[in-house]
Amino acid sequence: MKSILLNPVLNKEIRLRFRSTKSYIGIAAYLLILGIISLGYIGITLNFDNMGTFRPEQSKEMFLLISMLQLILVIFITPGLTGGVISSERERQTLPILLTTAQSSSSIILSKLFSSLAFLLLMVFVSAPIYMIIFLYGGISPETVFASFGLYLFTMLIIGSIGVLASTLIRKTIIAMVTTYSIAFFMTGGIAVITVMLASFSYDFQTQGQDYIWPYLFASINIPVMFFSLFEQSVINELKQWSGFSFSPWIIFFSVYGTVIVVSLGIAIRKLRPKMRTKAYPKA
Amino acid sequence: MIETVHLTKKYGSFTALNDLNLSISEGTVYGFVGQNGAGKSTTFQILATLMSPTYGTAYINGLDVTKEAAKVRRLIGYMPDFFGVYDQFKAVEYLHFYGASYGLSTLEREEVIPQLLELVNLSHKRDSYVDLLSRGMKQRLCLARSLIHDPKVLILDEPASGLDPRARVEMREILKELKSMGKTIIISSHILPELSEMCDEIGVIDSGKLVATGSVTDIQMKLQQQKVIIVTVNADVERSVRFFEDDPDVINLQVLENRTIQFGYRGSDDLQQALLKKAVLADIPLLSFKPLEKNLEDVFMEITKGVEEG
Repeated sequence: MKSILLNPVLNKEIRLRFRSTKSYIGIAAYLLILGIISLGYIGITLNFDNMGTFRPEQSKEMFLLISMLQLILVIFITPGLTGGVISSERERQTLPILLTTAQSSSSIILSKLFSSLAFLLLMVFVSAPIYMIIFLYGGISPETVFASFGLYLFTMLIIGSIGVLASTLIRKTIIAMVTTYSIAFFMTGGIAVITVMLASFSYDFQTQGQDYIWPYLFASINIPVMFFSLFEQSVINELKQWSGFSFSPWIIFFSVYGTVIVVSLGIAIRKLRPKMRTKAYPKA
Repeated sequence: MIETVHLTKKYGSFTALNDLNLSISEGTVYGFVGQNGAGKSTTFQILATLMSPTYGTAYINGLDVTKEAAKVRRLIGYMPDFFGVYDQFKAVEYLHFYGASYGLSTLEREEVIPQLLELVNLSHKRDSYVDLLSRGMKQRLCLARSLIHDPKVLILDEPASGLDPRARVEMREILKELKSMGKTIIISSHILPELSEMCDEIGVIDSGKLVATGSVTDIQMKLQQQKVIIVTVNADVERSVRFFEDDPDVINLQVLENRTIQFGYRGSDDLQQALLKKAVLADIPLLSFKPLEKNLEDVFMEITKGVEEG
């Protein structure tokens, strides 16, 4: 771990990324938008409330709104940050030189992933003071705030790993990014649509007294649904009841996506450098 | 130090490299010359562990590139024919990054980087952004980068390509300096005379096959075994042609413009002298009789033409 954290590739990536003024302008703009939304939400609510108060339920709604916005940010930005990490080096013709250094493939891939996510992490964590406004009005526990930040981090890792894999396997950055976006949108919107479609058949199973597992399984691997279940568990609980399953949806979520992360990074590490093998020269 | 054994690379039915057998001893500067697409970069990429061969293998300091790639990487400094740089880095940061990538400590880097910048005449540009350096300076910086971990072997793929004459001379001077430091260098170019000054040995590759190898003199000698003689006469072109055609060592005689006759000559220097004496005695109206001086370009063209035709 120390070798990864003190890694020259990570050091270089972070230095280059944070040296750009664009990064700071982006973060400032994001905080401004988030601040306007939060304070605007409080202002509008106070304006339309007869008593002129901001209640804990409204605070919870605001938290949900900001959290969903952050999640959308993570889903939209992670493919853009990670989908070109290797392919852009290839296009800039810096990759062959990097591959002839003593850096291992795993160190290059993990450094690239972590440095890309570091920028997004900064974006998410600098928004913490805005989140803290919620504590003034109540409605959300600190545990829920930490859980939502933990889920952002895990979502970044999932999409980031897929982005790094696409960037390693696909030569063109633009195609790698489009592929990563497509997979990220399928994992969020696509699986949500499938879950809704499968849930619509639940009546037949319920009337016949049969367990119906599929909506629960798909909901358990849907990032927005699982994120929403941090605040409101009724939907996932209902699906769980239909399925007849007793174990937590988080076990399914972390097992499936933990595997996705490990497999994606494993393939990216293996495919970064050519497999050096040869055959005996055929005798004439 | 560098050895290739039956090194072959195929892309489907296309053979980019065909049974290449090379042996380059320690401290040698080996020039690898060939036209574009001849297989030079393919060879270099295999040596730099960036590509696996289809058949055969290569050894660097006894290490098999296909089996001990990680160890080989520590022994080599590789400069590709086309390379990019991290534009947002300063020259000194660029070298620090690669130094760290080879596991050099900050202290070691701080000691070696000024020396390398001095070697490539870029000390005055240490704090300039790489983006703002000229093409020649970037080439030199890349060369310094390939030396950062003090490799035993340097693999330089067309290091002078795209440089203006002054930058080429500067690059040549740096390579001579590296030669004097005892590095084993394999360097490619499609311009043979460029290599002749600094290389101990030269290999000519064409269509993926090594067609000639040896010292520059050896290769010149090899081709000059069959001389080309140019004769200019003042008159009697037809009689002169009949005279030279009668000599058994004269081949491929052609009559050129302005009463000039060109032919190949297989005989020794003594026989050539005798032929000239005979021509004078036969009253051939000679204005000039001289062997065609072949430079390295001509040698290269003849060698590679031979393979293409074959």
